[in-house]
Amino acid sequence: MTELIIPAIISCVVAFFTVFFTTPYLIKFLQKRNLAVKDVNKKDHVMIVRPGGPSIIAGIMVSEFILYGFLQMNEILAIIITSFLAFLIGYVDDRKVMGGWFKPIALIFAAAPIIFFGVYDSNLSFPLFGTVQIPVLYLGLIIFMISITGNTINSIDVLNGVASGFMIIASFSLSISLFILQNYEMVLVSLPLGFVSLAFYKYHKLPSKIFPGDSGALALGGMYGAIAIIGHVEIIAAIALLPAVINSFLFLSSMKRIVEHRQIKGKPVEHTEDFKLRATKDKTAPITLVRLILAAGPLSEKQIGYTIFKLAIFSGILAIITALMPRLFI
Amino acid sequence: MKIGLFSFIFVMWVLIIIGGGILVMILGPFSISGYGDFDSLLTSIFKAIIAILLIIVWILILSKLKNWIFKKEIKF
Repeated sequence: MTELIIPAIISCVVAFFTVFFTTPYLIKFLQKRNLAVKDVNKKDHVMIVRPGGPSIIAGIMVSEFILYGFLQMNEILAIIITSFLAFLIGYVDDRKVMGGWFKPIALIFAAAPIIFFGVYDSNLSFPLFGTVQIPVLYLGLIIFMISITGNTINSIDVLNGVASGFMIIASFSLSISLFILQNYEMVLVSLPLGFVSLAFYKYHKLPSKIFPGDSGALALGGMYGAIAIIGHVEIIAAIALLPAVINSFLFLSSMKRIVEHRQIKGKPVEHTEDFKLRATKDKTAPITLVRLILAAGPLSEKQIGYTIFKLAIFSGILAIITALMPRLFI
Repeated sequence: MKIGLFSFIFVMWVLIIIGGGILVMILGPFSISGYGDFDSLLTSIFKAIIAILLIIVWILILSKLKNWIFKKEIKF
């Protein structure tokens, strides 16, 4: 295990500083090309550049290639390619508005490297109880996992800093769980995701200087899903992601179909006079996590963000408890 | 509201653990025999169908729970 410490430190430092130093240049580049969107939750007419995906994927790829140099694992190659494909799919959607089905369907193909490299175990592992062998269903799980995690992270990217902040909490919870399960090599592979998110959060937090866009959110979500499958921690990864899963679940159960946010006419939230957010009574609007948080009364963007982070920390703790269960009860 | 959301997450977690238990303890040891080379394939397909049914049940329970936990808030 000690031989893994140096690769771990190098990859984490590289992941963090690649994003930390490239993002300001990306912001200037996007400003020059006027690739900006209105921040709808600001009182003044504030334009924010997007997408931040290129700096996020740069951080992921450089750090993971360094790890590949040390460990020579096909698992790392599968994660790099899957994350890059998810980024590309998001980038297409960033540049050209696609239909609601584009991302879920296209992301199915992003899972292909995991199957191609054969870096998965078809036994689905349930903490405390053991494993169940479901080869047919597991292939389906691989195909849909990247699509689900990518779109889930993308769906929670609604307020300044929320997607990147949420990913910091979820990915570090997953790394801690992998450590508890003594899957040390996958701990190394997963850590750069947290450090990439941490560096990007510096520019994404309120008030945002850049938005991750679909390319950034899908790259983060795609990598998270790939780690979950390859690290054999699918259930724990899903638990750490529960607030975002709730958001997607509420959205789908209220809309009864897959639809892009921009195609929805009803507004789930609106602004008060002092520009706080409050839930609307619009029956045609989807029920979302933010709308439920606001059901008790108006809150500022910062307060909503912190509430989502508290929910993410709670889920992260549950994920870690789940990883600890075999040690606690057996 | 916050307590409702935390409760909802906690219930989801409990349902995941219970569902896992059902899959591993009951469904795990199950196998179909008497079909030669197709035994493992048929067993796998059967397990997949039961697992998908469990997921559907999980979603239905969550839908009911959502309405129950957030009955005061969801007047949208």
